[in-house]
Amino acid sequence: MTALPRIRLTRLPRPLIIGGTILGISLILALFPAAFAPYDPLAFDYGALNQAPSMAHPFGTDNFGRDVLSRIIHAYRVDMQIAIFATVFAFSFGTIIGALVGYVGGRVEALFGRLVDAIITFPFLVLVIAIVSVLGPGLINMYIAVSVVGWVFYARIIAAEIKVQKRLDYADAGRAMGYTHLRIIFRHLLPNAITPAVVYWMTDMALAILLGSSLGYLGLGAQPPAAEWGVQIADGKNFMSTAWWISVFPGFAIILTGLGFSLLGDGLAEVMRARK
Amino acid sequence: MTAPLLSVQKLSTRFHTPRGVLTAVNEVSFDVRPGEIFGLVGESGSGKSVTLRSLTRLLPYGATIDGVVLWQGQDLVGMSDTAIRKVRGGQISMIFQEPMTALNPVLPIRVQITENLKAHTDLDSSGRAARARELLDIVGIPDAARRLDEYPHQFSGGMRQRAMIAIALASNPKLLLADEPTTALDVTIQDQILNLLLDLRDDLGMSVVFVTHDLGVVAATCDRMAVMYAGRIVETGTVTDVFRGPMHAYTRGLLGSIPRSGTERSMLLSIEGTPPGLASIPNGCAFHPRCVFASDICREKRPDLRPLGPDRAVACHHSDAVLAAGSVLA
Repeated sequence: MTALPRIRLTRLPRPLIIGGTILGISLILALFPAAFAPYDPLAFDYGALNQAPSMAHPFGTDNFGRDVLSRIIHAYRVDMQIAIFATVFAFSFGTIIGALVGYVGGRVEALFGRLVDAIITFPFLVLVIAIVSVLGPGLINMYIAVSVVGWVFYARIIAAEIKVQKRLDYADAGRAMGYTHLRIIFRHLLPNAITPAVVYWMTDMALAILLGSSLGYLGLGAQPPAAEWGVQIADGKNFMSTAWWISVFPGFAIILTGLGFSLLGDGLAEVMRARK
Repeated sequence: MTAPLLSVQKLSTRFHTPRGVLTAVNEVSFDVRPGEIFGLVGESGSGKSVTLRSLTRLLPYGATIDGVVLWQGQDLVGMSDTAIRKVRGGQISMIFQEPMTALNPVLPIRVQITENLKAHTDLDSSGRAARARELLDIVGIPDAARRLDEYPHQFSGGMRQRAMIAIALASNPKLLLADEPTTALDVTIQDQILNLLLDLRDDLGMSVVFVTHDLGVVAATCDRMAVMYAGRIVETGTVTDVFRGPMHAYTRGLLGSIPRSGTERSMLLSIEGTPPGLASIPNGCAFHPRCVFASDICREKRPDLRPLGPDRAVACHHSDAVLAAGSVLA
C-alpha cells in the first residue's frame, strides 16, 4: 500500500480504529451469518452432545449437540439488531424532545426535570422488566420498553446542550434574520449540540446488548430456540461445571461487541473534541 | 425633508428582574431617513445596544417594550410574531459585534446564506446558489465558489465580518442594524469594513443604524448621530454640528477623550467617574454627578430634550455655557 492511507489512518484516534474494526466485522457477521457459520445453528446432533472445543467444533457443542460457534455467529444478527432498535427510537425521540425543552426553558423545563427524576428513580432494568412483563416477552416488546424509558437520558443531555447554545450570538443572529423557532432549533442549534448525545448513543448500544442478553437470559427477550447470546448463556447455566464453553463463549461475544461500541464512542468523542 | 424610513417614538424598554424593574431605554425618539447612516453613541450600559435590539424586538424573555417603531406604515412594537419575522432579516437585517460567535460554527457559509434566502425569497436552489456567489462578490470575498463551502473558522476576522454582512444583505434589506460591527476588528480591517458599509449604502440605497462607542467611527461614517446616556438621548444632530459645537456636557467630554493627531501634544481629557447603573440613576440630570457644568437645577430637575432646529436637539440646562466653552476639537 502507499503511504497516504496509512498516514490518514494513524491520524484517527486508535479507539476509533479498533472499535470500528470490531463493529465492521460484527456487522458483516450479522449480515451474512450463513457464509461464516460452519453448521446450522438450530440443527440438533445427538451424537455430539456437550462436546468440548475441538477441531470439528472450535467452541464446542451444547446440550442438544448444536455448534456453539455457529450459534454465536447467527446471534450477531439478533444482537446487532437489539443494539440498533433498542436505542435508535430513544435517541431520535429524546433528541427532539430535549431540543424543544432546552429551547423553551422555564416552566416546561422544570416540569421535564421532574419527569426525568421520576423515571430515573426506578432502576432501569427493573422498569424495563416491569414493562416487558405487562406487554409480554419478545424482542419487539423489549424495544418498546427500552425506548419508553431510554429517551429521557438523551433528552436530558440535549436539553442541557441546547440551553448553552441558545445563549450564543449565532442563535440571536438567527432570530435577527427572521428564522422560525423550529428552524433555529433544528437547523442551527442542534448540529452544535448533538455531539455528546451521539457519543452517549454509542455507549448506550453496548448497554443495549447487555440488556438484551439479560432479558434473553431471563426469558423476556429473544425466545429459544433462536440463537441469542443471553439465551445461549441461559442454556448453558445448568452445565457450567461440565460444559463451561456453552456459556463462556457467548459471554466473550457480548464483551467484545460491547467493547467495540465503547471504543467507537470514545474515538468519536475524541474526533469531535479535536474538531472544535 | 424626505419622509423617514424608520420612525422611533418614545421607545422605552424595561427588564423585569427579581430585584425590580430596570428601564434600559427611556422614551427614546429618532428618525432614520432613506440612504442615511445614523449613529447611536454612548458608553457601555448607556442603552444603545438595547435600543437597537428593541427596534425589531430581539430581546430576552421578560423584557417589555413601549412606544412606537413605525416601519412602512406599520408599528413593529405591536406587530405579531409571524409578521415581524418577515421583517427581520428580510427588510431589516442586523450584523453583530463578534463575527466569530455570530456565525454558526458547524454550518458552511453557503448554508448560512441560503438559510436567509429560503426564509425571505422565492428563489429556487440554483437561484440561491447564484445569489450566494454574487453576495460574496458584493462584500469583497475573493474566490467565492471555493469559500462558500468553507466554515467560519477558516475565515479571518475581517472575512468573517464580510460573510456576516453577506448573510445580512442576502434578501436586500432596506435597513441594516449594525451593533458595533467593527469593535472586535483591528484598525486596518475596521477601516475596510467601514468603507464596505459606506459603499453598500451608496450602491444598494440602504439605511444603516450604527451603534458604537467609537466617535472616530461615527465621524468617518455617519450622517446624523444621537448621543445616549443612562438610557436617554441627551443630544442629537448632524455629525458636523455635534462635532463642531457640542451642546451637552457629556458629548463635549466624549469628544475630548479622543486622541488627535496633527496638533501639539495635548492632554487627553477623560470624564470623571463611571456611568450609573440602571438601578441607581441619579435624580435630575443623570449626568450631573460627573458634570463640570452642574448646578442646583441639574440635581433637581431632569432637562427635557429641547429641539433647536430641524435636526438638532439637546437635553442640558446649561447648553449655552457648554456651547460657549467650545468644542475641545476646535
